[in-house]
Amino acid sequence: MAHEHKLEIFRGLLKFKSNTQKIWGVLIFLSIVTAVEVLLGIFKPAILVGNYFLDMKLLNWIFIILTLVKAYYIAWDFMHLRDEKSSLRRTIVWTPVFLVSYLIFILLFEATYVFEVFRDGFLAWDF
Amino acid sequence: MDTTVTTDSGENVWGGGNRPLGASYGKLMMWFFIVSDALTFSGFLAAYGFSRFKFIETWPIADEVFTHIPFFHGNFPMIYVAFMTFILIMSSVTMVLAVDAGHNMKQNKVILYLFLTIIGGAIFVGSQAWEWATFIKGDYGALETKGGRVLQFVNAETEERAALADFSTALPEDRTKHTSSEGIWFEEEGYQTSYSLNEVVEGFKSNPSILIRTEKINEEGEKTVLDRKQSLARLKDAVRVVEGANLIRNEYGSRLFADFFFFITGFHGFHVFSGVVFNIIIFFNVILGTYERRGHYEMVEKVGLYWHFVDLVWVFVFTFFYLV
Repeated sequence: MAHEHKLEIFRGLLKFKSNTQKIWGVLIFLSIVTAVEVLLGIFKPAILVGNYFLDMKLLNWIFIILTLVKAYYIAWDFMHLRDEKSSLRRTIVWTPVFLVSYLIFILLFEATYVFEVFRDGFLAWDF
Repeated sequence: MDTTVTTDSGENVWGGGNRPLGASYGKLMMWFFIVSDALTFSGFLAAYGFSRFKFIETWPIADEVFTHIPFFHGNFPMIYVAFMTFILIMSSVTMVLAVDAGHNMKQNKVILYLFLTIIGGAIFVGSQAWEWATFIKGDYGALETKGGRVLQFVNAETEERAALADFSTALPEDRTKHTSSEGIWFEEEGYQTSYSLNEVVEGFKSNPSILIRTEKINEEGEKTVLDRKQSLARLKDAVRVVEGANLIRNEYGSRLFADFFFFITGFHGFHVFSGVVFNIIIFFNVILGTYERRGHYEMVEKVGLYWHFVDLVWVFVFTFFYLV
């Protein structure tokens, strides 16, 4: 087993001296992201709630993007994907990314259709 | 470590050799499991998304449901879940530190960090149990209509939610729990609510300051509150009192909301629980010096992968259940 660690995060912007330091650095980063999420969730800035992109509130887009950011750092630094061969990394990441995007696409599309059927009164449900 | 069958014809079997991914058999298998488990969880969360988009205008607002923290009264949306998230991330950190100490063959440090990881996991599972208990108990109570819609109550003066106990009048009626041995055999009640439908309806009629809040979300992103006249009209549709949550109905709104809550957080909680069990097994192995004798701590790394995965899943559950 190779014992070298890649000690840079943020594409080399931040370089740590040891693996332990990197772990704490990533923890601080993840905590900040979580804190931002919670604060946004509590205060819900009107500008983010009122505006939509692709049928979803901007606030929700921010939450989802921040979640993916957190997932990236958990997988890359805690699960050591950064130190694995890129072929292993790609196998692990792209398989679910492809399948899950497809699943989400078809399910949400269908759900929106069902919602419209309900809304347009083809089916009584609010009684 | 090499459990795979290799040919005897030297190392090079086509382009990648015998270990093209450069990871040991055990680690690869753990990754296999994690990827498939990730797909399982994605399936659950996508199904949740489906139901939510289907009822996009009536889905319960998580901020109004998860407002409790232990030992304190009041309204603290999301604080406790954020704390749980932090605990899990923290235990992930101690886990990486254990893996790191294992790489450096420091047995005592591995023991310490694994111990902290187990404690973190236990706190998380305990918190989730508490969260479930609070969710099942409920706090305000509501009425359910014929169509399965939930009617909640609001005090018009304070504009705060009103609990059934705030306005229901006790009637001199005698009501027994409906069991299958008495009455219709295929119907029974799991629990008896603290007020009967009649008591709530009568209480509502005699309290002009109480209004009904429907599931429908208005333009401001809040639940619609009916005026007094509409409320009284809507009250006629009510068929039963709902308190707390079970797998059939819940006081928070859409039935699927509670079902998904129990199912997804339950499945995740079970993963955390198994993770704690694995960690404990490995913890004792470390204490006994198994990996010291084996010459490497790869087993800690493999269990660590699972543990981080559980953390990873929680990050998504947290977002889709509590934030979005």
